Amino acid sequence: MSGPQTSSALDWSREAYRAFSDHRIRLVSYVPDAGLKRLIELCQGDAGMRAVPLTTEEEGVGLAMGAWLGGEKSALLLQSSGVGNLVNVLGALRECRLPFLMVVTMRGEEGEFNRWQVPMGRAAPAVLEGMGVRVVRVEEAEEVGPALRQALTRAFEGGQAVALLLAQSLIGIKSFQEQANR
Amino acid sequence: MREASLPRREVVSALLEDRGGLLVITGLGSPTWDAAAAGDHPLTFPLWGAMGQGAMTGLGLALAQPQRRVLVLTGDGEALMGIGALATIGVQAPANLSIVILDNARYGETGMQPSHTAFGVDLAGVATACAFPFATTVTARAELPALRERVHSLPGPNLVVVKVRPEKLPLVLPPRDGVLLRDRFREALLGPG
Repeated sequence: MSGPQTSSALDWSREAYRAFSDHRIRLVSYVPDAGLKRLIELCQGDAGMRAVPLTTEEEGVGLAMGAWLGGEKSALLLQSSGVGNLVNVLGALRECRLPFLMVVTMRGEEGEFNRWQVPMGRAAPAVLEGMGVRVVRVEEAEEVGPALRQALTRAFEGGQAVALLLAQSLIGIKSFQEQANR
Repeated sequence: MREASLPRREVVSALLEDRGGLLVITGLGSPTWDAAAAGDHPLTFPLWGAMGQGAMTGLGLALAQPQRRVLVLTGDGEALMGIGALATIGVQAPANLSIVILDNARYGETGMQPSHTAFGVDLAGVATACAFPFATTVTARAELPALRERVHSLPGPNLVVVKVRPEKLPLVLPPRDGVLLRDRFREALLGPG
């Protein structure tokens, strides 16, 4: 698929991919989300990156720990429901002060069409902060690139766990049918 | 199910003696004490938490260091908690990764409650079904030299379940400060800085 998929004129997926590339992110693990489709495909298409599909989001924490011990930088892509799946293992990042970067597409916000997504979406920022993850929220497509670059620096130069939350309004999927067509 | 047979620390010593450049991740909890009993080492990273993430930590390390051999030494309970990782590793298929599961069919740290493997769940069978090119179960001492060769030099990903006795052994604890463990591992592997 080519070109931006949101109503925004700016292709934030490409900006995010460029930020990963410039920061030499070599491993990108993910549990798919419709909002992450294009970013995942851009990473899959880069011979210098390895895109690693996971069965559950917490695997991305183990992968990131091992990669960093081995001298490589990685990132985890997930949707907000997945935040609930990785809570306990975030403790290891904190104890070891390991750098960690995740990009979370939000659900359960304005425009949500599946009410079952609402509880975890609403709780996600507090859950992450409760485990010591620095949370940065982005509302506009134009902000994604700069915010991600700053988050990558905070994570890998500052030795922190950082979550970049992308607002559901930015992803812009309004129905099951729209999600299925993506 | 075949009989549990081997003393776990003998198995771990056989794997870690003269370990060369082997990189080791140990899972919570008894395998961590077993590795410490065999001798603390900067290139052993013991997981004191993050139960279920031993295999995935090994995968991240194996992908970052494709020229080095990586061993994940863990238990049946820890492996069961992260069982989906076997599917993820089967897809990535790193040839330099071996997972050795010391299977006492018990949760040894919490009162020796039987784990799923006590009721016939076959973790080597799971690994085979997850497209591991090599997966087997070891029950006899005579198989240990072949296991050692597998871990140190044969292409994987390999998964070997070793049936061990459900024994309570003296605790031998490695350092537990996460930053210390991280820094000494990276310095020994990557050099200072």
